[in-house]
Amino acid sequence: MSILGYILIMALVTYLIRMLPFTLFRKQIQSRFFRSLMHYIPYAVLSAMTIPSIFYATGSMVTAAAGTAVALILAWFDRPLIVVALCAAGTALLTGLII
Amino acid sequence: MNREFREGLIAGLPIGLGYLSVSFGIGILAIGAGFNIPEAVILSAANLTSAGQVAGIEVIAAAGSVIEIILTQLVINLRYALMALSLSQRLDESFHTPQRLLLSYGITDEIFAMAYAREKKVSPPYMGGMILISAFGWVLGTFLGAAAGEILPAAVTEAMGIMLYGMFIAIVIPVVKRDKRVLYVSAAAIVLSLLFRYVLTSVSSGFSVIICAVAAALFGAVFFPVDDTNEEQSS
Repeated sequence: MSILGYILIMALVTYLIRMLPFTLFRKQIQSRFFRSLMHYIPYAVLSAMTIPSIFYATGSMVTAAAGTAVALILAWFDRPLIVVALCAAGTALLTGLII
Repeated sequence: MNREFREGLIAGLPIGLGYLSVSFGIGILAIGAGFNIPEAVILSAANLTSAGQVAGIEVIAAAGSVIEIILTQLVINLRYALMALSLSQRLDESFHTPQRLLLSYGITDEIFAMAYAREKKVSPPYMGGMILISAFGWVLGTFLGAAAGEILPAAVTEAMGIMLYGMFIAIVIPVVKRDKRVLYVSAAAIVLSLLFRYVLTSVSSGFSVIICAVAAALFGAVFFPVDDTNEEQSS
């Protein structure tokens, strides 16, 4: 399939996920189990997507590990997303120049 | 200009600026996966979601199946359904079906959080203004990243490949630090993800993310159910 075909399917699925509950339902979800599941999904997704992929994100395990370490430290101290992301990339770039 | 619309634009400005920088990484990632610039821009304009797009790019790069791309989007973006439900309680009376159909396009983590936290009820022009400026930042950033991906030296774009993951870390770590339950769920997802990457290698990346996320979230929902208050997190 072409890339545009894939994009179209993605967009359709994503739109329906947002549109159907927004348009059709007007009540709160009661199930505690379901709400718990929804609460945890984003963190589970992001964790699984980040580790171990982040170590392959720069083409060099060493520069990626350096960037990851900096990102972890800055995130621990609640730095804004953009600061964490840019410093991780900057660290990876500098590490790559040194090694 | 409509007062509500202007308030929406102002509320959306920081979101748009944040998106501008993050989607830069999406643009670079898409070019690396074989997209051209228009395709990268359409991807961002049509989806308006970071994790979903990254997972989608991975599936496309690996020439995954239609089922795989549908399921990855479904699982990764399912949280928007919950946000849409919550937000639909906070809309003012001028929201009718056409406005809901149109503006549901822009329910993202950040827009949800900003709209939900508003003192006043959310009106269509307010939400529309917020979405407009956010989506503009998202699409522009993707374009700039994609263009840069074709122009900048490889050393720079390769280093920038880490930006999105850095952002994911910045979303998860502050929550993990304060909430042990999320820490356990995150750890479970990471263990499973490592297992799929290095042991069960026949499972493709899209399905692996789905299985890891659902299994880890189920583990959390069974052993650490959340309290009754509104706990949807912005991310």
